Amino acid sequence: MSNKDSIQKTFIVAFLLCIVCSVIVSTAAVMLKPAQIANKSKDFKINILKAGGLYEQGIADGQSINEMFESVTTKLVDLETGEYSEAVDLETYDQRKAAKDPKLSTDLSAESDIAKISRLEKYAKVYLINEGEQVKKVILPIKGYGLWSTLYGFISLESDLTTVSGLTFYEHGETPGLGGEVDNPSWKAQWQGKKVYSESGDDVALTVIKGKVNSNTPDGEYKVDGLSGATLTSRGVDNLVKFWMGNMGYAKFLSNLKSGEV
Amino acid sequence: MKVKELLFKPIFEDNPIALQILGICSALAVTSSLKVTLVMCIAVTLVTGFSNFFVSLVRNHAPSSIRIIVQMTIIASLVIVVDQVLKAVAYDISKQLSVFVGLIITNCIVMGRAEAYAMKNPPIPSFLDGIGNGLGYSAILIGLAVIRELFGTGKLFGIEIFSLATEGGWYISNGMLLLPPSAFFLIGLFIWAIRAVKKDQVEANEFKIAPNTKVKEA
Repeated sequence: MSNKDSIQKTFIVAFLLCIVCSVIVSTAAVMLKPAQIANKSKDFKINILKAGGLYEQGIADGQSINEMFESVTTKLVDLETGEYSEAVDLETYDQRKAAKDPKLSTDLSAESDIAKISRLEKYAKVYLINEGEQVKKVILPIKGYGLWSTLYGFISLESDLTTVSGLTFYEHGETPGLGGEVDNPSWKAQWQGKKVYSESGDDVALTVIKGKVNSNTPDGEYKVDGLSGATLTSRGVDNLVKFWMGNMGYAKFLSNLKSGEV
Repeated sequence: MKVKELLFKPIFEDNPIALQILGICSALAVTSSLKVTLVMCIAVTLVTGFSNFFVSLVRNHAPSSIRIIVQMTIIASLVIVVDQVLKAVAYDISKQLSVFVGLIITNCIVMGRAEAYAMKNPPIPSFLDGIGNGLGYSAILIGLAVIRELFGTGKLFGIEIFSLATEGGWYISNGMLLLPPSAFFLIGLFIWAIRAVKKDQVEANEFKIAPNTKVKEA
């Protein structure tokens, strides 16, 4: 048995290797963090702009994105009352962190938690695109559990507050090629023009079905094609749209906005 | 060993995908667009080169009982660094590559070269061998990506080459080329083409199919 195979040597080599590798990895992670955060926030803004249909393809530098973002008004909404609120500072409020903070969120009971998010934040950041005094588009953050991961995204509504003008997810961990197809532009495009609420009332009628929607499908304006090979992700998207458009989510805010009470 | 041989032999004569049949998984997954493919190729080439270099540096100290773990630790660290760099400088592409950057860790080529070459050779030749094999991998991937993107979407680097029938042009795109299985067929054709030219790569049959047994008279 040569010296390099002794137990002592084995431990020393393993230990030193771990130290060196972990130092290299953590240095890289720490040094690159600011650039990564900047990229993330840029991506976040691009997604809001995309959901609102304001994004021009190919523009990627931070400044022009900030300029485009100026036409978007950010507001804080109290989900319980459906009114604007100034209870927390808009600039520093992080909706995703708030969902974990017991002071800023509430526990959801099992049967009401169809989107499987377990805790619901009290306040939501909504994004409005105004034309003069009139609201042209409302962009609402949504999230919910798919198959492997929580999907985070936005849904935007036209001025009638029931027609969908866009849907996009900016973060998810679904299977690439199957559930990951929620990023597919042609799938996202068919959300456009669908109606969230049925004519009769406040029920969320919009649903993701199994298979294809064509012009013969009854109530086709409330239905979106499911993703083939991704039943659970499709169901997750269906549930999260139902949840956030429903009474626990933005329904109160939207009806307030419609009647002009906020 | 000559530098030229180390760098260029793996491209045609000893190609990791076409001859050694390694690293097929990512060749299927990332080749539907040329831009993503190029980034993947650069990442794999760098990781293979540097992991060979570092593995070779510690080869005389790594106890044989934990040598695979030593290799894995080095490869994994390099891959994480590459992933972090991509997230910082090419966020869009890193989103598209998603899990596949992380999966370079399990790319058979990286591990295969570390074990087969770097454990027995000095650092500089090992580094070159890694880069060479990365180039061999890249050559096949780029070939696949060009065919798949060009005939699948009529575009290269997202720039229109053939005008599509759906947009009033003449080209009817072949949607199957965008799906992973098409890469299998293409790799098969590549291997066939390479072996048709370089006959020495053709493997001998492992067994012969016996002729149909004759019915014996009872």
